[in-house]
Amino acid sequence: MGNNNESNIHVLKNFFRANIRQYGMFIALFVIMIIFNILTKGTFISARNLTNLYLQTGYIAVLAVGMVLVIVTGHIDLSVGSVAAFTGAIAAILQVKMGLPTIPTIIITLFVGALIGMWQGYWIAYRGIPAFIVTLASMLIFRGAVIRITNGQTIGPFEESFNKISSGYLSDIANISGMHTLSVLIGIVAIIAYVFVQFKNRKTRVDYGFDTLPKFMFVGKLALVSAIIMMFILSMALYKGIPYTVIIVVLIVGLYSFITKKTPIGRHIYAIGGNLEAARLSGINAKKTLFTVFTSMGVLASLSGIIYSARLNSASPSAGSLFELDAIAASFIGGASASGGVGSVVGAIIGALVMASINNGMSLLNMNISYQYIIKGLVLLIAVWFDISTRNKKK
Amino acid sequence: MSKQILEMKQITKEFPGVKALDEVTFQVKRGEIHCLIGENGAGKSTLMKVLSGVYPFGTYTGDIVIENETMQFNNIKDSEKSGVAIIYQELALIPEMSIYENIYLGNEIKKNGLIDWNEAILKTRDLLTKVGLSDHPDVRIKELGVGKQQLIEIAKALSKDVKLLILDEPTAALNEDDSENLLNILKDLRKNGITSVLITHKLNEVMEVADTITVLRDGKTIKTLDCHNDEVSEDGIVKLMVGRELTNRYPERIPKIGDVMMEVKNWNVYSPSDSNKKVIDNANIIVNKGEIIGISGLMGAGRTEFAMSIFGKSYGSKIEGEIYLKGKKVELNSPKKAIEMGISYLTEDRKEKGLILIQDVKQNITISSLKSITEKGIINDNEEIKHANYYKKAMRIKTPTIETKIMNLSGGNQQKVVLSKWMLTNPDVLIVDEPTRGIDVGAKYEIYAIMNKFVAEGKSIIMISSELPEILGMSDRVYVMNEGKIVAEIQGNDINQETIMKHSIGQGGKKHGK
Repeated sequence: MGNNNESNIHVLKNFFRANIRQYGMFIALFVIMIIFNILTKGTFISARNLTNLYLQTGYIAVLAVGMVLVIVTGHIDLSVGSVAAFTGAIAAILQVKMGLPTIPTIIITLFVGALIGMWQGYWIAYRGIPAFIVTLASMLIFRGAVIRITNGQTIGPFEESFNKISSGYLSDIANISGMHTLSVLIGIVAIIAYVFVQFKNRKTRVDYGFDTLPKFMFVGKLALVSAIIMMFILSMALYKGIPYTVIIVVLIVGLYSFITKKTPIGRHIYAIGGNLEAARLSGINAKKTLFTVFTSMGVLASLSGIIYSARLNSASPSAGSLFELDAIAASFIGGASASGGVGSVVGAIIGALVMASINNGMSLLNMNISYQYIIKGLVLLIAVWFDISTRNKKK
Repeated sequence: MSKQILEMKQITKEFPGVKALDEVTFQVKRGEIHCLIGENGAGKSTLMKVLSGVYPFGTYTGDIVIENETMQFNNIKDSEKSGVAIIYQELALIPEMSIYENIYLGNEIKKNGLIDWNEAILKTRDLLTKVGLSDHPDVRIKELGVGKQQLIEIAKALSKDVKLLILDEPTAALNEDDSENLLNILKDLRKNGITSVLITHKLNEVMEVADTITVLRDGKTIKTLDCHNDEVSEDGIVKLMVGRELTNRYPERIPKIGDVMMEVKNWNVYSPSDSNKKVIDNANIIVNKGEIIGISGLMGAGRTEFAMSIFGKSYGSKIEGEIYLKGKKVELNSPKKAIEMGISYLTEDRKEKGLILIQDVKQNITISSLKSITEKGIINDNEEIKHANYYKKAMRIKTPTIETKIMNLSGGNQQKVVLSKWMLTNPDVLIVDEPTRGIDVGAKYEIYAIMNKFVAEGKSIIMISSELPEILGMSDRVYVMNEGKIVAEIQGNDINQETIMKHSIGQGGKKHGK
């Protein structure tokens, strides 16, 4: 006791214990990427392919962000695929058939998504019907609705500005030695901002007299995260720069991470998932919180619909099938607990990237679709098993 | 047959960083009632988990000898086969199933590969008689009170030819009558040759039933007392448990009673599931500043229902009546509103209703006060840590850090966390429901001291308790409830065991009503 070295080790232990699950997922993602890179003889980790991978992940990633919150509250949403298809079709009708410009089209579509989320939230939160049933019903209702409003036909194409949501890149200021300069600059700014915030946090913790990471760990952590940010940026800058889709996803992830970690509503979400009765008796309006979570899910499902239809440049009645399963799988792979109260937005994004990497890698290898399904299923099972077994050991 | 039914020799069990048991020796004689006592964290539960195979052979050192045979249990099934049955505080019955289905769950009587339910029902009847119950085996568990459920658990153990029955705080959730009943059943079983080990915090029970007492402290066997030969007193046991002398179990307080803080008038509440069933019948109470009000009564008298209906209508339907706070009429339609108006409610069931077990100490403390640490919609982490650290120190919460998960804390420390949570909301009226249930003597004292300090600031406490000594030791005034009514208000020298009991069982005579 009192020994500085010993307390360092204590802090280190706590740090790893608190973070091992999320790091585990990061490591798993890297391992998967490296395996595919070897198998594809370097094609997988090329800027071109990675950019493509991010674009493929986009519409699932935004769903996963909403889904992880739904799962944290102890519920599930099976309707997001149908809702994404329905709202994508709404966007197509608004723009292609009614000639609305892109911005109003997006706003109205997101609003429709919010209404759908409220509809579901009403039944789940205020009428006490299990989310499984409500969203299963919606899955059918909106699949039917999308076939109805599209007359079973594909609607397209969109205006160029709409299409750019999924195919456009940040324009560049100058291209220096094959790199997208603006993207690199954004990366550098992001790193500086990150380091600055970390130092500031550390200083306030010291001012309050709280435990902080040992200096070498702190610097190591800064270096590692900075390197990851730079690698992420370079994987796009070496191709065409940062796609708009990635910007949207990063903003959504940032916003939701912030909400879950730093705001009362975020705490309320975790509390009602952790122990509904205790949360209620602690003065939390559980119904309102649940309603909000499903409303947010509706909005994100419509955002997913927008990104997906922009990517295909059309809306089709069969769009979005099995999206819900990818989003649910991403949340669980990212460490969410089926019994509620546990899960993180960043985890869900890592989960989404894991699923997309497997899809992408196996497609590059020209593997039969049958194997792709089997392997995805096994990865989900093993990831959750790993998660549960490490969690039990900690007890 | 040997005289010892069980011998645990030099049991040592280590967890990362802590020695939970340190060469513990524990011997139980055939046919006795053996009380195992000690403060929370003394190692009682760990010792029983070693015995039952929850911690399998090889994860501890030392020997378990049952009837001269050294045992190696790998799981609970193994220990059950040797006749060891443990009944935990958290009952493991399935509410939707009937008594007989529960008793033979996992141990079904089979005939030609099918379950023979008729036989099960017949045998259940016998078992129920043995534990003094006359309920029909068909009755579903959820229709029974906790007291009866506890007895069903014992019947279940008996169905498995138990030799050694271990009860982990069986009376913690029971009222005086049910506790008494349970202890009598144990005495009956003793006559029939069944050995029991009783883990409890209630010393009066120990004095009543124990043949032998083993005291654990800090993972070590401190002493084994033979109640028939050694001189045994409650104070002596307390001293052994805490390793120091506790002169008074209730800290001194000179009440400074002020004006009226809260008044509840003509309060009527109906059952949430059956809106014709009146649960609270025209209750009236007054709570003054600086006062601790005790609410006494038997299990099912409606005390918890009354408290929860006041606390933002968190129980019941068709609630009628008025609440006045400092003279002003208030409408408390949700727990949130009640907290805002200065009323807090500490539940009787801290694990199910008070805490979020998978979250850490800090988050549990601040969950009801996020508003006060939020600036411009953002939670100030540093303020949160500051508050949590303050309460960790002020309440003497024993936890490695404030970022430790609540489920890793002992009962007493968990309770201090719940108390901290409510203190942080800065209430005027704190309603505490069984504030010291399942908590050891030392921690109890600390919680009483916290309560005293709270009312000394001119605030008020309403304390619901099934432990009469606690009601007697802490309250300035006592309301007694019976069948949803307030049947008596007792003050001053009238606050004694006899008067309270008389009213509780509905024999208050002329003092009825108000």
